[in-house]
Amino acid sequence: MLKHEQIEKSVTLLVVLTLLVIIWGGLLEIIPLFFQKSTTTAVEGVKPYDAVRLAGRDVYIREGCYNCHSQMIRPFRAETERYGHYSVAGEYVYDHPFQWGSKRTGPDLHRVGGRYSDEWQRAHLINPRDVVPESNMPAFPWLATTKAKDTVGADIEKKMQVMRTFANVRGLPTYSDEEIKGSKAAIGDKTELDVLIAYLQGLGTALKNVK
Amino acid sequence: MSDFVSDFWNLYVTVIVLGSILACVVLLIVQGKATFTPGKTMGHVWDETLEEYNNPMPKWWSWMFIITVIFAFVYLALYPGLGNFKGMLGWTSAGEHKREVEKMDAAVKPLFDKYMAMDLKAVAADKTAMEMGKRLYLTYCMQCHGADARGAKGFPNLTDSDWLYGGEPEQIKETISNGRMGVMPPHAQLGGDTIKDVANFVRSLSGLPNDATRAAKGKEVFTAAGCVGCHGPEGKGMHAVGAPNLTDKVWLYGSSEAVITETITNGRQNQMPAWKEFLGEGKVHLLSAYVLSLSQGK
Repeated sequence: MLKHEQIEKSVTLLVVLTLLVIIWGGLLEIIPLFFQKSTTTAVEGVKPYDAVRLAGRDVYIREGCYNCHSQMIRPFRAETERYGHYSVAGEYVYDHPFQWGSKRTGPDLHRVGGRYSDEWQRAHLINPRDVVPESNMPAFPWLATTKAKDTVGADIEKKMQVMRTFANVRGLPTYSDEEIKGSKAAIGDKTELDVLIAYLQGLGTALKNVK
Repeated sequence: MSDFVSDFWNLYVTVIVLGSILACVVLLIVQGKATFTPGKTMGHVWDETLEEYNNPMPKWWSWMFIITVIFAFVYLALYPGLGNFKGMLGWTSAGEHKREVEKMDAAVKPLFDKYMAMDLKAVAADKTAMEMGKRLYLTYCMQCHGADARGAKGFPNLTDSDWLYGGEPEQIKETISNGRMGVMPPHAQLGGDTIKDVANFVRSLSGLPNDATRAAKGKEVFTAAGCVGCHGPEGKGMHAVGAPNLTDKVWLYGSSEAVITETITNGRQNQMPAWKEFLGEGKVHLLSAYVLSLSQGK
C-alpha cells in the first residue's frame, strides 16, 4: 500500500494520482456523451454551415463575439420569452468549436437568425450606436471593407474538408464534393460583413419559432 | 436525457456512480478504525518548524461525510442520475420549463383574453394594456425602432403620423404579424446626371431647396422611368407596396441631395421581421395597440 510520505516526496506519483482523480469525473461527465443520440445526431432542420456561413462563423470567432455573447438559451421562461425555444444539444453537432460562451455582456445570439433585417445587422455592426444609442458594443467597421476571400475565405475548401472529416467520423450528413468545389465561387466578392450577417441570420432557425 | 446507443452505457454510469459512493463509505469505515497517536508528530519537518501531527478526523467532519453519502442515495432515488433510471419524481429540465411556462400562461390568459376581445383602439386607450405594451415594445422592438420609438436612419419613426404601410389599426397589426419587405429598386442605369435631375425633382415635391431647371427635367424622368408606379403621379406614395410619400417632411434615409441620389442609384432594401409565430396573437395584439397609441393625437 502507498504511504502518505511516498506520495508527498515523489512529484511523478503526485501528478499521476492527481490526474486519476480528475479523470474520474470525466469518465462520467464526458465519455458517455459520445454515445448518446441526443448529443451526437442533428435535430431535424439542422444542416452543415454552407461555405458563406462557415466563413462568417470564422469572423465571429476571430472578432471574439463569444466573449460577450452566448449561444445557449437555458430552459427558463425568462430566457425562452426573450430568445425563443431553449437550445438543445442536437443543434450544435456542426459547431467545431462550440460558441456557447460563458458571459452575456450582450444578449444571447443562438436564435438571432431572422430577428433583425440584414440592413439592421449591417448598420449595427458598423456602428451599434447608430441603431441602439445606449449600446456598449464595439464597432466593427473594417468588416465592411475587407473581402472575405482574402481572409476567412482564403482556405475555405480546406476548412470544409476538415468539417467533412468530423461529420464523417460521427456519421452525419455533410458537404458534397461539388459544394466544396463551389465554395470559393459562393463566397465570391462578399465582404466579411456579408458573410458574418449570413452566419447570424442562419443561427438557431431550425427551432426558431417553436415555443 | 439518457438515450444511449447501447444499454452498456446505462450500466457503465450506474456502476461508476454507485461504486464511487461505496468507495467513500469504505474509506470512512477504514479511517474510522485506524489507530492514531495523538500528540506525536509524523516525524518530518518542513520549512524549519512546520510539523505534522497524526490526529483523527474531527467527528463533525466524519458526520458531514456520512450525511453527504446519505444525501447522494436519496438524490439518486428521486432524480435521474443512474443511466436510464428516470428517478421517482420523473423530473426533467424540459418538464420544469414547461410547468413554469404553463403556470405563467394560465395566469396571464384572462388578461390577454380580455384585450383580444377589445378592438385595437379600445386597447390603446386602456392604461394597463399600454403598460404591458410598453414592456413588450422595450423587449422586442426597441432594438430597431429605438427606446423612444423615434426610429433611426432606415428604421421608421413610430410616433409620427406618417406610415409606409398604413396606420390603420389592422394595417399596423398586419405589419407586426407578418412583417414587411420593402424594396426600392436601383436605377443606376439612368446615369448620374439624370439621377441628379430626379433627386432635385424629389426635393421639390416637399418644398426643399432645389435646382429648378434640373427639377423640371427630373419631373419627366419621374414619369418616364416608372417612379410613378410605386410613388404615384403626385409622389404621395402607396401603402400597398410600402412606397414612401415624397411630399412630406419625413425621410427614412435622409433628404439631402446626396442621400436621395444614393437611394435612387443603389436602391434600398428594408425588412420588418414577422412576429406572429414568435410572439403569439395576444402579444401582437397588445403591441399593435401600443404602436397605435404612440401616434395618436398627432
